[in-house]
Amino acid sequence: MKPRSIAVVGAAETTRLGRIPDMSVIGLHADAALNALADAGLTAKDIDGVATAGESPVAIAHYLGITPTWADGTAVGGCSFMLHVRHAAAAINEGLCKTVLITHGESGRSRVGSGGFGRAPSSLMGQFEMPFGVTSPPTMFTIPVMRYLKARGYTEEDLATVAVIQREWAALNPRASFKDPITVDDVLNSPMIAWPFRMLMCCLVTDGGGALILTSADRAKDFPQKPVYILGTGESVETPMVSQMEDFTSSRAFRVSGRKAFDEAGISPADVDHLMIYDAFAHLPLYGLEDLGFCKPGEAAGFIRDRNTAPGGVLPLNTNGGGLSYMHSGMYGMYALQESVRQMRGIAPAQAPGAKIAVSHGVGGMFAASGTVIFGNES
Amino acid sequence: MDRTLPQPTPETQHFWDGCKVGELRLQRCTACRESYFPPRPFCPACGSRAVEIYPASGKATLYSFVINHRPRPDMGAEPHSIAVVALAEGPRMMTNIVGCPQTPEALQLDMPLEVTFETFGAIALPFFKPAGA
Ligand SMILES: [Zn+2]
Repeated sequence: MKPRSIAVVGAAETTRLGRIPDMSVIGLHADAALNALADAGLTAKDIDGVATAGESPVAIAHYLGITPTWADGTAVGGCSFMLHVRHAAAAINEGLCKTVLITHGESGRSRVGSGGFGRAPSSLMGQFEMPFGVTSPPTMFTIPVMRYLKARGYTEEDLATVAVIQREWAALNPRASFKDPITVDDVLNSPMIAWPFRMLMCCLVTDGGGALILTSADRAKDFPQKPVYILGTGESVETPMVSQMEDFTSSRAFRVSGRKAFDEAGISPADVDHLMIYDAFAHLPLYGLEDLGFCKPGEAAGFIRDRNTAPGGVLPLNTNGGGLSYMHSGMYGMYALQESVRQMRGIAPAQAPGAKIAVSHGVGGMFAASGTVIFGNES
Repeated sequence: MDRTLPQPTPETQHFWDGCKVGELRLQRCTACRESYFPPRPFCPACGSRAVEIYPASGKATLYSFVINHRPRPDMGAEPHSIAVVALAEGPRMMTNIVGCPQTPEALQLDMPLEVTFETFGAIALPFFKPAGA
């Protein structure tokens, strides 16, 4: 895509986050969508493109009263919304639609109107992973990590430090689920989930949603909010089976998606003022920093330990508190995007002063997929 | 509670049939000689459909693992390993390491392993144990 040809003109999360037992999945989608429409000064009648994951775009369009000329139901896990942004940008530039609504809603904690976790026993995962006792992300996403720690010379303390510093960011965010400070010892002494992962190295499970509205940049100044421009995007997929990923120390999907987005934007990591890396677990920011080119392999843990990504550091990372402390409904990518947009608007609770370029990097499944969006606030 | 078991498909039946007779069956390409896993009727490296099934050595090393402290109901009550092993022939596969304590001390990366099979009704699952144990 041409950098700065598309802008985000509406962005909002659900009115509440955390435990929302009185709302179903589709209700959370709608609450976020209505908030984003209000943010953009639009109604559903102004929307002609719909993208979503977890629900069908048909269900969302009908529920909200939208008659789209473009729909995208790409569902590759938690980074689906990054891919929706990318696909929407292409669709708007191609003239398939003018104003796109991307929605997310998930009753991750309360499980109201949502399906369960399971794989058909005849699928490849069902045959070659499920019989060995994998349950859910804590026993799947974590599988490559022992190899990664050994290859890089990283330690359990390095994983714990990721969680500790993200809690520092969460403390600055009134909407964060967990705000109390924690230490490396607190993390290492929290209940063992799947060795070497303790509870505080794993994301939250909460309810919530979010929505974005995109249109062409030449219309962006007609909206009430400060436009946030899209500079570049990337996406890729690798394998549905974490046991079959090409390299346990690096995500191919991360590398391909990140490279594409940076090339499209014509920037390098040194140009980035603010970074979101989807952190379902504490190892993901380490992989992300390396695979996106912010750190050389083996230097990410030291980079975090030296407080470069902490409040006051040179590269503010996961400033909402991340999936580890802010919220995580299941498909967290939407909340990473929302924080990037807030940072570019200059309204984030833990605002990175003067930030002009923000990167939102998502993962889907267990290193199965990836999407990257680079935002800027100068037209 | 009954163990969660695979449901073989036509493309994977040979693998599960092999497990039942104590044979770890891999596939390899007769064009480029690449061994691969999981089973499929073509070579993922070059796309050729000229592939053959052969019995693997059963030798492997421990590539990565977790020790699940919250086992699924069908996996019993005690913490257990969920591992990925690197087969001597090249491919990696998920399994459980058996025949040793399920502890970080006993489970050392790169330790030599060998396949062993356990039958659950109509299915036998391939597990790995410390070599020579
Ligand atoms: Zn071949």
